[in-house]
Amino acid sequence: MIFLRLIFTNLGRHRVRTLISIAGIAFSVAAMLTVVTILQGAVGMFAGLLSADSQLIVFERNISDLFFSSVPDASVKQIQGWSLVEKANPVLFGIVSSQDHPIITCFGVTSDDARIREATWISGSKEEFGANPDAIALGERAAEFLHASVGSQVAIGHGSFQVMGVLRTRNGFEDGGVFMPLPSAQSFFHKNGTSSVLLVKLKNRNDQAAFKAQVKQQFPNLIALEDEEFNRSYSQFKILKATAWAVGACGVLLGGLGVANTMIMSVFTRIREIAILRVNGFSNTQIAALIFGESGAVSFTGAVLGLMIGACAIIALKLIPALHGYVDAEVQPVVVIAVVLLACFTGAAGALYPAFYAMRVRAVEALRFE
Amino acid sequence: MNSQTAVDRQSMPISKLAPALLRAEDLWKSYEEGSIPVLNGVDLEVFSRQTVAICGPSGCGKSTLLHLLGDLDEPTRGRVLIHGTDLRKRCRTEYLRHEVGFVFQLHNLIADLTLEENCLIPTVAAGTPRNEALARLHALAERTGLTHRLKQRIQKLSGGERQRTALCRALMNKPGILLADEPTGSLDERTSRQIFELLLELVATEGITLMMATHDRGLAQRCDRLVEMRDGKICE
Repeated sequence: MIFLRLIFTNLGRHRVRTLISIAGIAFSVAAMLTVVTILQGAVGMFAGLLSADSQLIVFERNISDLFFSSVPDASVKQIQGWSLVEKANPVLFGIVSSQDHPIITCFGVTSDDARIREATWISGSKEEFGANPDAIALGERAAEFLHASVGSQVAIGHGSFQVMGVLRTRNGFEDGGVFMPLPSAQSFFHKNGTSSVLLVKLKNRNDQAAFKAQVKQQFPNLIALEDEEFNRSYSQFKILKATAWAVGACGVLLGGLGVANTMIMSVFTRIREIAILRVNGFSNTQIAALIFGESGAVSFTGAVLGLMIGACAIIALKLIPALHGYVDAEVQPVVVIAVVLLACFTGAAGALYPAFYAMRVRAVEALRFE
Repeated sequence: MNSQTAVDRQSMPISKLAPALLRAEDLWKSYEEGSIPVLNGVDLEVFSRQTVAICGPSGCGKSTLLHLLGDLDEPTRGRVLIHGTDLRKRCRTEYLRHEVGFVFQLHNLIADLTLEENCLIPTVAAGTPRNEALARLHALAERTGLTHRLKQRIQKLSGGERQRTALCRALMNKPGILLADEPTGSLDERTSRQIFELLLELVATEGITLMMATHDRGLAQRCDRLVEMRDGKICE
């Protein structure tokens, strides 16, 4: 009780300084939560593109980005014919641009693709997809920013296409994308006879290992990975996640420097008090516990406040129409725990030197300190 | 009590027969790598339950001697023995917690805490159960007339009350030795006498050994023994 009083009394003595430190941690935590959640959401959505009604993804071995992957049509046909396979849909990824939008994701797909079959068609008919090789379907958001509707002509890249439908999916990337019949996309991107990936659904989920082995044996230049395995190993995802955590961690470390500054000032301005405690029998551990207790209180309060600010920021971002589908408002518990732990760890690290200094305070000298 | 009575008490059998509670052996202390000598070979024996006053001019080494006896500082040379054991072989924290209490000229209380909280600090350090600590505090507060002020912040207490609080705090863990460094030095004469009376009464009833540095020879002569210091030496 007295111990807590000593901690909170000291924090209360310098309210403005304490509040600034709490705000530093809070904004750092909010930034980290927001950045990590948004990037994880983006990664999740991209992963979702690949796992639409499939269990495995087949792509070219040793490529750094799926946009550079080439899976030959001959291989696709062969795999589609395997007895293990229920269905296998090739997808060609491409990036196109229009007048005001330099980056639009383009999906070259067959009419059998889950994206086409399971989307909500706002206008047009999914049965007509692929009937006209020059007709494309647009995601709902793409139709908005391209100001297009069924029947209109849109200029994309070096070509002009007729819009045959507008569809809505739960994935932000797809909603902002263009869907072309696969042969048209292969021709448009000069990738005749190849796809970027092959998304495979097996008749029996337990045959995944056998399927992977078969791909390895028959197509040495291709690799098959389970969806989760791909999400873990794909270097782009790793880079994105690492960037998110690094940026967030930098923010929290900056907040930690604020805590360190507060704690150093706290120790320097109460040398005499520390000496009094020491004369009255406080051990080094107890003195250090006081300092760590103060930094812990600041860090924890900042972390809780930061989580609330971060959650509000994510919800606010989700409400912005232009970001619809890109911001994943689902804050994962593991992210919350990691952010709080990192904030507390940073606070503790910030208190290391002050605690060390406080432990070295010599009572007899400090009592002379006015 | 006059000096003659003090000599009589000093010669009581308990002091002569019992081993010394505290013994300073050839204590030297200097600062700035020896350029500022403070103590120059102090030898002193203090027996259990004695009240010892240390007198001398400012800068003669009274406070330094108390700091060395209380293990707040280390001698440049020599040693301090408690119950025959070298202080350097003892755990300083345990010594400060259980065997010695301090009262300073400036009360050295924590201004933002209440009287009660200040007095409980030594018991928190020692890990004394709260109810036990509170019982001890209430007993001491009653004897020092502070019961009605327990919940008051230090800032609202008078100088005398603050020094009585410091006295209570020093005695909370029932130390065997009380080191008082000019405990009445910042008080007016009347309050000073009251505090000193209280100090003597408490050390007598609690069976505590008192070592007190003071400039007030009137107070000093009421102790069992008066130790005169000059230029870092005892000239008893």
